Amino acid sequence: MPILEVNNLTKSFGGIDAVTDISLDIDAGDIVGIIGPNGAGKTTFFNLLTGLYTPSSGEIVYNLNNRVTTRDLKPHRMTSYGISRTFQNIRLFQDMSVMDNVLIGFHSGLRYGVPSALLRLPSYFKSENRTYKATDKLLDRFNLLDKKYESAKNLPYGDQRKLEIARALAASPRLLLLDEPAAGMNPRETSELMELIRWIRKEFELTIILIEHDMSLVMNICKKVFVFDYGNLIASGTPDEVQQDEKVIRAYLGEEVEKC
Amino acid sequence: MIKFSRKQIMIIGALLIFYAIVNLMINAGIIDSYLQLNIIVIGINIILAVSLNLITGFTGQFSLGHAAFMSIGAYTSAILTANFSQPFILSIILSGAMAAIAGILIGVPTLRLKGDYLAIATLGFGEIIRILALNIDYIGGAIGFNDIPQYTNWTWTFGLTVATIILIYNFINSYHGRACAAIREDEVAAEVMGINATYYKVLAFAIGAFFAGIAGALYANYFYFIKPDSFGFMKSVDILVIVVFGGMKSIAGSIVGAIALTIISSFLQGIPELRMIIYSLILFGIMIYRPTGLIGDEKLVIGKKKRRSI
Repeated sequence: MPILEVNNLTKSFGGIDAVTDISLDIDAGDIVGIIGPNGAGKTTFFNLLTGLYTPSSGEIVYNLNNRVTTRDLKPHRMTSYGISRTFQNIRLFQDMSVMDNVLIGFHSGLRYGVPSALLRLPSYFKSENRTYKATDKLLDRFNLLDKKYESAKNLPYGDQRKLEIARALAASPRLLLLDEPAAGMNPRETSELMELIRWIRKEFELTIILIEHDMSLVMNICKKVFVFDYGNLIASGTPDEVQQDEKVIRAYLGEEVEKC
Repeated sequence: MIKFSRKQIMIIGALLIFYAIVNLMINAGIIDSYLQLNIIVIGINIILAVSLNLITGFTGQFSLGHAAFMSIGAYTSAILTANFSQPFILSIILSGAMAAIAGILIGVPTLRLKGDYLAIATLGFGEIIRILALNIDYIGGAIGFNDIPQYTNWTWTFGLTVATIILIYNFINSYHGRACAAIREDEVAAEVMGINATYYKVLAFAIGAFFAGIAGALYANYFYFIKPDSFGFMKSVDILVIVVFGGMKSIAGSIVGAIALTIISSFLQGIPELRMIIYSLILFGIMIYRPTGLIGDEKLVIGKKKRRSI
């Protein structure tokens, strides 16, 4: 059963259809790429998937621990369903430390109530100690442990991207949505990121959907690629298939002018 | 049960010694009644500033109606102690609870507003409470509420101030408090990380209001007499000034700010014609040379510092 089914999804803002009648399935355990020119509706699609936008029509169904349908999609519930994401323009908690950023990622896994917090009952210490340990472990895996007390905003760009992924993973998702993880990275950082994404998928047993402009990254690590253009899904298939597709070439390179 | 670290035992010890010394000095008459009044006002201001800091500094919700919560607490306690001769402890708790309920009632509709709009909505709320109090004859209306028994003393003030600081500190350093801070930093990212922003904003509002209500009870039962105008817009601004002066996102800042500004304004009462001018100049100075406030550094409270492991 696919982990995500999207049926005839449409989102319009006023008279403009940002996403038009998109249907696709994503299988568990895959790394899937979504590509397309600027303004193709990729980020809108992600925002629909994470409940930040409500679809104008169509249906989104997740088959995670439970079946999650369009009606259940509220941004603050996504992590509890097992869905976590990063943002195109990094959205870290800038003035907070690296450690606090990851600690917040664990939010939906914590259960002790406000009275336990106010009075520091045993359940507080138990959960907090466990969370701090898990945070250190996660930071260590991302090579950020020695920077854990630094403000997030003081990290180099590549580390900020990494931290955002670490924060998303703290929610222990089963489906991870990455919005342009390689944006602004140089080729060396991009190839490191590629390794990181592969490793994350294996290590955390995740399904990953990523939006990306960097073709080398998409073609290298994605098992399947969906191509968006003007809100439409114009092609899908393996990276090789997509690269040969006429519509895709047209979307990226423009149409050939016929000679008269 | 709960184990204390060596540092905590030392802090508790220091607090007890401080309490005992001041208590002795009051009994021996070294601290006269004027000085005692100032000490109690400092305690009340600390409670108000720390609780407003939770709302404005930590959760990032700009509120101009904090005095209204204080007023609700003050009138609740006045009614309970003067008209129904209830014990002070009960009236303190109910004062806090009434203010917290008001906080929830006002929070649910207004907290979807942001920034300036929220400030105006809370300002309006403060005025509504003031005008209500002016027009209810049962609580004295514009004449004010008289003959409130004086229960507030150094012991109550000290105990409640310390309790407020500890409880709010604990809240901030829990995952609930981190959620509030995340909302301040980036509400969308916080939501996507599983934080129900509306719930936490209302929660912060309710907790802040609860302690403001307690401060109101202390106030009413110290000064015998309260009137609606004591809890107007200017009182809310005064509390906000303490928070900004001491440093947003810093509990230590709110404590230092409350102490410093209470002492300064008490000294300046000797020269009433220059009072507001000098007071404003001091505020200007702080804002120019330390724009983040006296101790404007969240690292004192959240994160940066090494965490104790207990």
